[in-house]
Amino acid sequence: MTELIRNSAARLAELLAAKEVSSVEVTQAHLDRIAEVDGSVNAFLHVNTEEALAVAADVDKARAAGEDLPVLAGVPIAIKDLIVTVGQPTTAGSKILEGWMSPYDATVIKKIRAAKMPMLGKTNLDEFAMGSSTEHSAYGPTRNPWDLDRIPGGSGGGSAAAVAAFEAPLALGTDTGGSIRQPASVTGSVGVKPTYGGVSRYGAIAMASSLDQIGPVSRTVLDSALLHEVIGGHDPHDSTSLTDPVGALAEAARNGDVRGLRIGVVRELQGEGYDAGVQERFDESLELLRGAGAEIVEVSCPNFRYALGAYYLIMPSEASSNLAKFDGVRYGQRVLPTDGPLTIERVMGATRAAGFGDEVKRRIILGTYALSAGYYDAYYGSAQKVRTLVQRDFDAAFAQADVLISPTAPTTAFKLGEKLDDPLAMYLNDVATIPANLAGVPGISVPGGLADGLPVGIQFLAPAREDARLYRVGHVLESLLEEKWGGPLLAQVPDLSASTAETMSGAN
Amino acid sequence: MSEINREAVAHLARLAHIEMTDAELDRMAGELDVIVDSIKSVQEAAGDDVPATSHPIPLTNVFREDVVGETLTNEQALSGAPDSADGRFKVPAILDEE
Repeated sequence: MTELIRNSAARLAELLAAKEVSSVEVTQAHLDRIAEVDGSVNAFLHVNTEEALAVAADVDKARAAGEDLPVLAGVPIAIKDLIVTVGQPTTAGSKILEGWMSPYDATVIKKIRAAKMPMLGKTNLDEFAMGSSTEHSAYGPTRNPWDLDRIPGGSGGGSAAAVAAFEAPLALGTDTGGSIRQPASVTGSVGVKPTYGGVSRYGAIAMASSLDQIGPVSRTVLDSALLHEVIGGHDPHDSTSLTDPVGALAEAARNGDVRGLRIGVVRELQGEGYDAGVQERFDESLELLRGAGAEIVEVSCPNFRYALGAYYLIMPSEASSNLAKFDGVRYGQRVLPTDGPLTIERVMGATRAAGFGDEVKRRIILGTYALSAGYYDAYYGSAQKVRTLVQRDFDAAFAQADVLISPTAPTTAFKLGEKLDDPLAMYLNDVATIPANLAGVPGISVPGGLADGLPVGIQFLAPAREDARLYRVGHVLESLLEEKWGGPLLAQVPDLSASTAETMSGAN
Repeated sequence: MSEINREAVAHLARLAHIEMTDAELDRMAGELDVIVDSIKSVQEAAGDDVPATSHPIPLTNVFREDVVGETLTNEQALSGAPDSADGRFKVPAILDEE
């Protein structure tokens, strides 16, 4: 592995600005790394070699000509394959969209292009972002760089694994119930779910429109802040997009100071169900923050116990409606029924049967059930009321604390296959991340250390529109922990070059 | 236990336009029964005095000027379609008749 790819995005931007390296060199180094290790990690569904190098060459030319360039110009990025891109296939991790080329770019992709960032490719995910392990991808699971027998989290396991394996310095993710933060937690990387509406959703294939949010994935808090500044801001193409300016997020990270900051420990997001090792790292982080001058208070959010249930009613309800458009007529695969009359209705039934995987079918049926006559009030209606109660819990908690803290996920990365046949056990991975989506508040996961050799994530939550607080406190915790460890957590990730060779010879 | 049995799943699958084999229907009925059983607790919390929230951030309706904005060309819109003819999406018979 070359040292170049170990740099943070912020550092690469400095090296590029100082003309110490070229964007072609940086981009090629990451493409080489992908070629070297992705056979075993499987973070990428598509590698965008030609276009990435062309964009990099353009940046180098512009820089040589003395042009004024955006901060991250020339720094490469990977894109979760739920986000539509012109010139690269978009599959959403599903067979039904295999080979589909979007005729338009998502707004965040237009912003990435305007920022002159070479796109390395599209990353793996649970089909239509439905899952917590990336095992529900129709294109095979992504593996955790810390232990190739374990899951990288989900749904954005591809983006998290790509940054953790040094295949990309930055990536985009989407977070509906924790799909950016939980993968960050189990891979020792950083992931941010911005305030709902803070980043345009236009061109993110919708799962649950009132919960979905695009956000940054990186190895450092500052890098996420820099990327957040690139992708954030108002977009007329998304009617739920906030009109607020993005804010000085990188500055918040750089000038981090927690003296006098009130940090609320959520009583309901710890204890029973949380691994002892996770709890230890969490307690340790609390002590560090206390030592740095933060005021630690305990807050109670009693209705969080209903959040998982409400989520698994609202999300499938919205998903069943959003996925109705995959019918084999306007885009994607069309499958004909094997016998009987050839009507459009039967073609849709056969197309969706062949194109969707088990988890997607499960959620569509569950959502159809929750929305059907006779059950609507009892299920969907009740879930919407719980949403109000969760918001009230957050309001009360934020009256006592500036930010909230919890473990990001109750466990470290589990083994591939371990929870695949038990949907309910899989759903429990998101118990600490879901409340933020129900209330629209922003959240970040930062590495909190290792338990039995596997990463633990620490989550901070802030009030809506106060994303800057996450970068401020996240960066402080990161600095305190790195001082203790003597470097970044990912400096300890196993050298994949060796295991790749082993896996390749073993598997093939 | 909840009321999700095999017949209920077969009905839902028809509504959702997903063909399912008998084995799939049986498995899905069992799984959904367990899931619904565990999430129905939301009803305990939802008192009559609690208003429903459909959206995390309060919004008002968004309007734009009534002028033509960015749109896809006919060719772009049809570019991903499994079948098309004369500038339109082409589908099999709508009705089950000769």
